[in-house]
Amino acid sequence: MKNDDERAGRSGALTTARGLLADCRALGDAQTSAPIAEGALIRAGLADAYLTIETPLGLVYVAWNARGLSAVTRAESAAAFEAKAYRLLGRRVYHNAAPPQRLVDALSAWLAGDEHAPLSFDLRGQTPFMRAALLKAREIPYGEVRPYSWIAREIGRPGAVRAVGTAMARNPAPLFIPCHRVVRADGHLGAYGLGGPASKRAILSAEGLDVDQLEALAESGVRYVVSESGDSYCYPTCQHAYSIPPQRRITFASEAEAQRAGYRPCNVCRPPEAQLAS
Amino acid sequence: MPSDEALAAALANDLDSAFEALALAWEHRLYAFALRMTGRPRDAEELAEETLVQAWRALVGYPPERRRALRLRPWLFQIVANLARNRARSARRNETLSLDVEAPGGAEEPSAAHAAERIADDDPLGNPEAALAREQRLADLAALLLTLPATQREVVILRHVEGMGYAAIAEVTGEPIGTVKSHASRGVARLRLALERERVAAAQEAYS
Repeated sequence: MKNDDERAGRSGALTTARGLLADCRALGDAQTSAPIAEGALIRAGLADAYLTIETPLGLVYVAWNARGLSAVTRAESAAAFEAKAYRLLGRRVYHNAAPPQRLVDALSAWLAGDEHAPLSFDLRGQTPFMRAALLKAREIPYGEVRPYSWIAREIGRPGAVRAVGTAMARNPAPLFIPCHRVVRADGHLGAYGLGGPASKRAILSAEGLDVDQLEALAESGVRYVVSESGDSYCYPTCQHAYSIPPQRRITFASEAEAQRAGYRPCNVCRPPEAQLAS
Repeated sequence: MPSDEALAAALANDLDSAFEALALAWEHRLYAFALRMTGRPRDAEELAEETLVQAWRALVGYPPERRRALRLRPWLFQIVANLARNRARSARRNETLSLDVEAPGGAEEPSAAHAAERIADDDPLGNPEAALAREQRLADLAALLLTLPATQREVVILRHVEGMGYAAIAEVTGEPIGTVKSHASRGVARLRLALERERVAAAQEAYS
């Protein structure tokens, strides 16, 4: 015996008289991915605003819109920045001499190490992968560094280390999306878009990282460290490891070595787990 | 999302940045309204953008106190409705060979139109079959709305899709409230009748 719905066939998919008004309301939720507001703003001659801010790397131009920061870069002049931003964003940027205090405060707070400074980013032009990689970089604490492979693994694309490098190179908001905290696995600082390796060194030093020490460790083959009393291995700049005095520090050249010695990966800095053959 | 009153006040104080907020706050609602009026996503996108541009041009010319006093929703929807009417009129003028005199909502491409639109689901975790059925049901209803005469359609959409009060709708259409109410009730009655007919037809099909 068929039930009513089956007998009614397609009518099961029809709006009922009773459901009419509820279904009407649902029709108001239609959305589009077309850039309607942006199109209008551009046509209206409105686009992003920008400000300049003093940073450890000197004066930096910061463009933003209602979605968040859209472009951060150095430039020789305001005109040069405006031209560059137009190239990057495809829309004009206007200098805002009286930017919202909340934004200025958030930018300064972030530069001073406040991870909770309320900043958002306009990453519409980026692929989902790029977005994931860039936002993951924001999880690296102030004054610490992680390898490109860490980002790749954390965003579920362990094989995409090179693509992470590309994503960092195309970071639209350096300093505030701290791609300077992403370095090569061999300890070399690697490339940096906002002024090259020297700038990367400068900003990391400004965050209190002893770059020379980091490089010396990497140079001697150290990838992970453990304190004498600890039970987990960390990246050398992890907050759990950084303060270990050298004489109480046990070092490892690989995660396999650390794991064979009986240590597990630190659950704060999350280094990789070794693929040990059983 | 800022309230309309807050937006209007902001428009009076700092037009440039408040307009950006307005555009972002309203783009989807303007699009949704335009989509229900025209049935065509591309047209709806263009109408919504054009509405914001016209709104901007008007706002630039308004003194701050006029901006502050704006009732944004009827004001913006009125721009959409005017643009949609003009567009339908010129489309009719251009289609000299077409016998289609009423439905400006291109009944010729409903499937493409509805494939391109996304309807936010209340329960995205619910089973996909039910979500699909709901999407189909809403698409059918949207198509049915497009069969209403333009005046009824506009009012039914404003009242029942957008949930506006009759006074605000009268502001949009420029008609007396009584006329608006009668358009609304006739439109809804027509929808109910059409749904009932479809239901009966579907049931007969199932038995045959």
